[in-house]
Amino acid sequence: MTRIIVVTSGKGGVGKTTTSAAIAMGVAQKGHKTAVIDFDVGLRNLDLIMGCERRVVYDIVNVIYGEATLNQALIRDKHCEQLYILPASQTRDKDALSQEGVGQILEELAAKDFEYVVCDSPAGIEKGAHLAMYFADDAFVVTNPEVASVRDSDRMLGILSSKSRRAEQGLEPIKEYLLLTRYSPERVRIGEMLSVADVQDILSLHLLGVIPESKSVLTASNSGMPVILDEKSDAGQAYADIVARYLGEDKPHRFIEEKKGLFGKFFGSK
Amino acid sequence: MPNNPPILEFKSGSFSVPILVLFTDDLKAIKQQLQEKVDLAPEFFKKSPLIFDVQKLNKQGHSVDISALVDIMRQFGLLPTGIRGGNAQQNKEALELLIPVYSVHTSTTLPDTQKQKIVIPEPVADINTTATTLITRPVRSGQRIYASGDLVVLAPVSAGAEIMSEGNIHIYNTLRGRALAGVQGNADARIFCSDLQAELISIAGNYKISEAISSNVGKKSVQVYLQGHTLIIQDIV
Repeated sequence: MTRIIVVTSGKGGVGKTTTSAAIAMGVAQKGHKTAVIDFDVGLRNLDLIMGCERRVVYDIVNVIYGEATLNQALIRDKHCEQLYILPASQTRDKDALSQEGVGQILEELAAKDFEYVVCDSPAGIEKGAHLAMYFADDAFVVTNPEVASVRDSDRMLGILSSKSRRAEQGLEPIKEYLLLTRYSPERVRIGEMLSVADVQDILSLHLLGVIPESKSVLTASNSGMPVILDEKSDAGQAYADIVARYLGEDKPHRFIEEKKGLFGKFFGSK
Repeated sequence: MPNNPPILEFKSGSFSVPILVLFTDDLKAIKQQLQEKVDLAPEFFKKSPLIFDVQKLNKQGHSVDISALVDIMRQFGLLPTGIRGGNAQQNKEALELLIPVYSVHTSTTLPDTQKQKIVIPEPVADINTTATTLITRPVRSGQRIYASGDLVVLAPVSAGAEIMSEGNIHIYNTLRGRALAGVQGNADARIFCSDLQAELISIAGNYKISEAISSNVGKKSVQVYLQGHTLIIQDIV
């Protein structure tokens, strides 16, 4: 059985592509055959984050229009041989995607024994985002701890529960998970950021994990290495925890509390 | 590509439709009586939709030829749009004439002894009863829910969501969005909520926006009702 995961948010710039890359890599490293698809046609980024931009020949639009086979378009990742990337087209726009075309690609991936397909959604709630989530079984809702992002996520959750294939066919609803990214306990303490509890109160969603604000994310993106491969970084570890939790392991949440400095350790600061 | 304009939408509505209750299978007598009624108010009956009720007739053991009956009604300019209280055979005949079948609250499959005990509701009450709508999943920003009866919500209603009801609204959770009760003008409708942080509340078109709602009404059970044209928010103790 192939499990289709959509990484979505509504709002842009919250870390969807970073998350897609990290999750796909994490799941694949656990030995599951995984594909990650970039639905952001026209603003192709996933290939950069995955470090395969120099190997892109064909893309998802070529496959949909029959100009290339899926095998030709899939790029095998250089770090993990269980992971494949299907890039977006940079020269077209989202209208080049079609529901039948996307459905066929997903069916073909299932026939090729892919266990997980991660769909990296573009921002917004228009066609690209709609097609990215339409066939999903699980949704990773990426949210920053600020009100605009939370509201957009809420809107996206409404669309997931009313306009997806599962909703239209009256099947069991999409499983929705909350991923809180760019979290900074220090800024929560001084009231600059919503806390985990605030966000959960508004979204009433199962929290899969918190990814702390981290320089390693930018470094990883610029070097084309999914941040999960940087095992020393807190963001990398946070994504590893999330993958483990998603696959059924019981891991306590980290990165929600402030790291206590040497001074804090001595005096038990809060 | 711009957003597609909506092509169609299903809405629910309730109409008051005259019901013709028949007591005899004597087509000639029916025709005569109908003629008299129509003569009294020809404009009223002209092209009027009509549901005919054959339940009393069936009870007496009479049976009537549905297609002949429909012909008579049409002769007088009436437009039969439904049958009520018919047996399986009559319903089948009606459907063949593309006339929808409406149920009375009694089931025709019940044995006769049980049938006697059931009180047949007044036709008016029958049209106005609408079921309660129950929502158990969160109502997300951008979603709209419309209930023609009462609306009961067990999950949070997010900011940017809109819930509307022709009757009362009960929210056993946090209301952050908009809640509009009595949207068809029922001034007796109320809103009950266990944590009121609404953007807007309205009863029968009289509304209060979040700015006008005191901030200390949240986190406890309150009810909202209309007094004159003023919305009153009151604790439920």
